[in-house]
Amino acid sequence: MERILTRWLDIPDLRRLDVYEAHGGYKALRKALFDMKPEEIINEVKASNLRGRGGAAFPTGVKWSFIPKDSKKPVYVCCNADESEPGTFANRYQLENDPHGIIEGILITCRAVGAHTCYVYLRGEFNLQKRRLDEAIAEARAKGYVGPDVMGSGFGVEIYTHRGAGAYICGEETGLLESLEGKRAYPRNRPPFPAIQGAFGCPTVVNNVETLTNVPHIITRGADWYKSIGPEKSPGPKLFCLSGHVNKPGLYELPMGYPLKDLIYEVGGGILGGKKLKGVIPGGSSFPVFTAEEAVKVAMDFDSVRAAGSLMGTAGVMVMNEDTCMVDALKTIAHFYHHESCGQCTPCREGCGWIEKLLTDLEAGRGRMEDLEILIDAATNMEGNTVCVLADSLSMPVKSFVPKYRDEFEAHVRLGRCPFRDVHGEPAEKSHAAAAAAR
Amino acid sequence: MPKVTIDGREIDAPEGVNLIQAAERAGIEIPHYCYHPGLSIVGNCRMCLVEVEKAPKLQIACNTRVADGMVVHTKSERTIRAQKAVLEFLLINHPIDCPVCDQAGECKLQDYYMDYDAQASRFPLGKKNKKGKAIDVGSGVMLDQERCVLCARCTRFFDEITHTSELAIFQRGDHCEVDTYPGHKVDNKYAGNVVDICPVGALTEKDFRFRMRVWYLHRTPSVCAGCERGCSIDVYHHRGRIYRYKPRHNPAVNGYWMCDEGRHGFPALQNETRLTAPLVQDKDRLVPEGWAPALRRLASRILESGNAHGANSIGAVIGAQSTNEEAFALKHLMLDTLGSERVATVSWSPAGASGDDELLLRANKNPNTRGLAALGLPAHGLDALADAVAAGELKILIVMRADLVRMLGEEEFVRRFGALDYMVVLDTDANETCQMANQVLPIAAYPEIEGSFTNFQGRVQRLHQAFPPPGQALPAIEALARLGHALDGGARPSAAKDVFAQMADAEAGFRGLTLEALGPDGAELTGLRP
Repeated sequence: MERILTRWLDIPDLRRLDVYEAHGGYKALRKALFDMKPEEIINEVKASNLRGRGGAAFPTGVKWSFIPKDSKKPVYVCCNADESEPGTFANRYQLENDPHGIIEGILITCRAVGAHTCYVYLRGEFNLQKRRLDEAIAEARAKGYVGPDVMGSGFGVEIYTHRGAGAYICGEETGLLESLEGKRAYPRNRPPFPAIQGAFGCPTVVNNVETLTNVPHIITRGADWYKSIGPEKSPGPKLFCLSGHVNKPGLYELPMGYPLKDLIYEVGGGILGGKKLKGVIPGGSSFPVFTAEEAVKVAMDFDSVRAAGSLMGTAGVMVMNEDTCMVDALKTIAHFYHHESCGQCTPCREGCGWIEKLLTDLEAGRGRMEDLEILIDAATNMEGNTVCVLADSLSMPVKSFVPKYRDEFEAHVRLGRCPFRDVHGEPAEKSHAAAAAAR
Repeated sequence: MPKVTIDGREIDAPEGVNLIQAAERAGIEIPHYCYHPGLSIVGNCRMCLVEVEKAPKLQIACNTRVADGMVVHTKSERTIRAQKAVLEFLLINHPIDCPVCDQAGECKLQDYYMDYDAQASRFPLGKKNKKGKAIDVGSGVMLDQERCVLCARCTRFFDEITHTSELAIFQRGDHCEVDTYPGHKVDNKYAGNVVDICPVGALTEKDFRFRMRVWYLHRTPSVCAGCERGCSIDVYHHRGRIYRYKPRHNPAVNGYWMCDEGRHGFPALQNETRLTAPLVQDKDRLVPEGWAPALRRLASRILESGNAHGANSIGAVIGAQSTNEEAFALKHLMLDTLGSERVATVSWSPAGASGDDELLLRANKNPNTRGLAALGLPAHGLDALADAVAAGELKILIVMRADLVRMLGEEEFVRRFGALDYMVVLDTDANETCQMANQVLPIAAYPEIEGSFTNFQGRVQRLHQAFPPPGQALPAIEALARLGHALDGGARPSAAKDVFAQMADAEAGFRGLTLEALGPDGAELTGLRP
């Protein structure tokens, strides 16, 4: 399959403006500026069925169309480069290797919604990535692609890059806006939605890096071409972040709808150490886990994964083999959400900590059978009752891990220890090390 | 007006109100912690989750504005589950130290637990997070971070109302805690309000801590006498002692707030210096006596002087601490009973007192300057009285609620008024002026009487008696009525409502008003607006 989003694998130095332009770069921007009305850009993106890659899978063109026409306030575009979902590492490679792809996507988006300012919010750890993007913006500005008069069209766009200080919640779109405004990244209650009141109280579009990089290709090659890749309602090239117990973890570009089984066994080279598959989290740690039986039947697109009972989220595919203690795995996930809960609203603030404490006790063999019910109950009580979806991001794993691997949870209680560890608490089998040695 | 249906009842709700307010109009309580009508909406406590038909998720009532045709369920199965869930979450890390918590009895965690939760804890006590306790954050406010529900009312108050932002929320998740910034303290004149709006025992008042269980306290609506703003307050008292003031919502005067000066004004009313019996000069000291001999003595001095030197040999000074009724009664006594025109008023604020600010505080520390003016009393007139003393015309001075010696300084007072034959003081405390008086009549402080003040905006507000005055002290209007009787044998009203009625007859500004009809927010002086 033709690489679209990861062209840098085929084109050395794609991050340089001259190389990018030599391979068709900024043609889409020229087309969007001189041959298309903003409305036409939005309609083309709508027609492409491009859906947000940040995790929520909301139709991008529809999101853009919520921006009020003839807004008296300035309109902002925010590029969400706060890539923080555990198991997700696509945006960082894009920022390092294809910054002009992002810039071009931003400029077209600004044109579509009438924005003259874009803020790129990068996660705090993205040092190299910010430098690469800044260099690219400087190149583009020198060439007149960024600035008060983009390509001589009279349409101006400034792009500012902003690095966060290291909090998962800054990737939540309204938390991002608060942080951008210099405040604590407390997600906002909706309504109002960012399209009406976003950054600095003005209409704002927040799009993920990967989403934006799809835009120039849609403009150049058209919605019909785009829809021909993968399922029509959930089409396009997709970046899959494959990690965990596979022989070849890494970033892979594949068409939407690619079978998860093939992703693991063909692309990923199978399970590490020739072990059996136990479970797969398909979309980053926030979403329900698939058992091995479920995983091998799923096609990786938004609708198919949803129909199978999980969500594709950021396509951070985490593979777990038979040696994985699912209580320990869930405990690790709970630790993350407990640590990252902003603490603004009650159910998430208190619930994430509670769940981690329960799982810590279960994993240490101090759990009680009734704790399993409390886990489900606490997770259910968090879900949907909070300002943002961080609570759901822990609730969903809890509510899938516990029933799907209930025998393991019960074994912890019955044995009074983790069955995957010996009586001293050491891993029972050094399977990772053994497998690595065998390879 | 949009019509909403809440729990099957159709409610006409004004445009723009939220579901908590709309429900309140129908007497339906939607429990909430973070929502406060005087602050912005943050929707963080999630206690007000309700089921709104056609919305897939439960909605927070505080952030949901009424819309025509909206159907809301506050007691549905889903709502009840969410309410129980939020309370369980709020309590897992709460220390449950109600027996030693000052908020007990007026705590929204306690109240809502009883009303909406009432289930056993599923969280082991030993696993609760530990945070800071008994932290003195400044301005008389104590913080217990473990009791805090992180509703952010206090931080919003300092951000949005005082614009001082001394408190903030630090850390994340269940390690979140309200605190001051390193090296800084809460330092503003309205800090006590955060204690009032704290729905739990996280913020308590240093002066009130461990002093009194709130369920022993009686609440009497009143008016703060700390300055000419006259904030609506509630006086909390037990067995004749005041334990605290809290602001009472009055949109026309003080909104939801009051200043700390006013809040901490009550200890001055229950000092050792309170007068509890009439006093009379005996050589170089004042000795107690009964009301009957005191009034006989005073009446005979006044009548003698009137007969010997004419009515204008008697004068009066009315302090702007006096109520409308007190001022009217003394004015009436001077003009009509005695026929003297020598009446002055004093509206004095101590040097160094706080000035006007943008929120509530006023530089004029007298609660009734405007009321005295509305009674047609001269704004000053003290110089004229002093001149009359110097000319030998003024012999007897009646001073009500005005500490002239403190105001003028002893030397100046003696220079101006030292030549008086006789001075009688009506006041609550043995102040410096009392020490120079020939006779002192003890009167009630404002939480001990019925009556009214008129604030600087011209709003007449009602005082209620919380408890009787100490010892033999009498409400000033009663003392003046008795003095009048001693002077001419005539009967005068001594109930505030009756004096008010006379005042409404006689004084244009009060026409049409009655004390009973003032209402909790008070009423404007007549003719104030065209």
